[in-house]
Amino acid sequence: MDVIPLSYVDLLLAATLVLLLAGLSLALSLGITRDLLIGALRTGVQLLLVGLVLKVLFANGSLLWISLMALVMVVVATREVYARQSRPLAGSWGIGLSAAPLFVSSLTLTVLALLIIINPDPWYRPQYAIPLLGMLLGNAMTAVALGLDRLTSSAFEQRNQIEARLALGHPWRQAMSGLQRDSARVALVPVINAMAAAGVVSLPGMMTGQILAGTPPMEAVKYQILIMFLIAAATGIAALLAISGATRRLFDDRQRLRLDRLRPAP
Amino acid sequence: MIPASPCQGQTIAELATITVIIGTVITILELERFASRRHGLADVPLASVTLEIRAGEVVTLSGPSGCGKTLLLRAIADLDPSTGTAALDGKHRDQYAGPDWRRRVGFVATDSAWWTARVGDHFMARPASGELSALGLSAAVLAREVSGLSTGERQRLALLRSLGNHPRIILLDEPTASLDHDTTLRLEALVREYVASSHCGVLWVCHDLKQRQRIADRAFQVHSGVLHPVDKSEPQWMLSH
Repeated sequence: MDVIPLSYVDLLLAATLVLLLAGLSLALSLGITRDLLIGALRTGVQLLLVGLVLKVLFANGSLLWISLMALVMVVVATREVYARQSRPLAGSWGIGLSAAPLFVSSLTLTVLALLIIINPDPWYRPQYAIPLLGMLLGNAMTAVALGLDRLTSSAFEQRNQIEARLALGHPWRQAMSGLQRDSARVALVPVINAMAAAGVVSLPGMMTGQILAGTPPMEAVKYQILIMFLIAAATGIAALLAISGATRRLFDDRQRLRLDRLRPAP
Repeated sequence: MIPASPCQGQTIAELATITVIIGTVITILELERFASRRHGLADVPLASVTLEIRAGEVVTLSGPSGCGKTLLLRAIADLDPSTGTAALDGKHRDQYAGPDWRRRVGFVATDSAWWTARVGDHFMARPASGELSALGLSAAVLAREVSGLSTGERQRLALLRSLGNHPRIILLDEPTASLDHDTTLRLEALVREYVASSHCGVLWVCHDLKQRQRIADRAFQVHSGVLHPVDKSEPQWMLSH
């Protein structure tokens, strides 16, 4: 079985639907027309570009180029994590605490899954490595951003409660235990929900894609289950690393709450 | 025949001990060229404080708002970074871990903060009902929700919460700001009693001249960023004008 190829005319047809929606939102003055059009344009341009990159990468699948691509993906994800927080930790610590968890969890789990579970030949075969890393990174990125944003903004909002506990001699870990739990929950709820709803409410994108491409459903399903578990693990590890690192950074060696280490809100 | 001494029945050794206790002043908190460095600010209102607080002593601190009194208390409690030296019971602050220091240096903020719903959950050990009633609170208050308390009730409970740690020094930031006169007197009496029984020291930020006259053993007034010792009954305007 082969995929039915789509022509650019087909895509333009789909694009007119988005244009119709844009016209509707303009007529109703919803105030999102601009964002909608920019978003749609970015989808088109970014995916076409990445298609070209992948085309080259798949033709010339050397480990060096794949590593370079992976690095670029991690850098972009880090930037995104940082941008999505209202009060991120300032300076290199803030960037490091966004980057390191993504790097450690997504990259390690991708390599492990390739080497031990999927076993393509060679193990870094880009058709497997790049989409796998992309899915892990994308989910971990969302979780880290949600978790860190919750942690830093609630530490800021609840500084009086935290300092009241510190003033009574509670160690920083105890003073932050509730906030840490909250942040971890916020970070992990989306992936837990996705797992719970998978197949019943929604057909996951990757599985749908594989089925469209002609993969037998059971094979597609097995891949999807594998991916879901990897995503859950990558997301959890990244979020917990980021949250515990950032919590530590919110306190100094005298265990004082140091909100001056957060970037002031714009 | 030996004439009867005024301290009949007491041995020389006992007399000596009493003299030592009365004669020696035990310093509890010692600050030297101490100042807050909150958020790395170089320009702190109270730039250099040298102060000793002795056992059993209530020292008051007055001054216009914004003169750095609260910042000073926060820095002493080690909630903010600081410069200079601070020592408690003869030991430099670095010799205590942060939480140990803060258990011994009980800072009670003006606005008390509470982190769970129920009052009682904020106490490590249940406060004695005597302490509660001394402040006009009933023991049932511990089972209540924090959100249902008045500011004044919270302020009194915050003091008890802090005393539960048996601090060596208590830093009170306008502890009677939202209390009526009668309750204010009760709180003053409770602090006095605690100081007398535990031989701790108190640094008390107070605005009320009459309160200062009632409670202060020594009083300081902040003027142009410097602590000035004042006669505790001296009106504030004499210094500010």
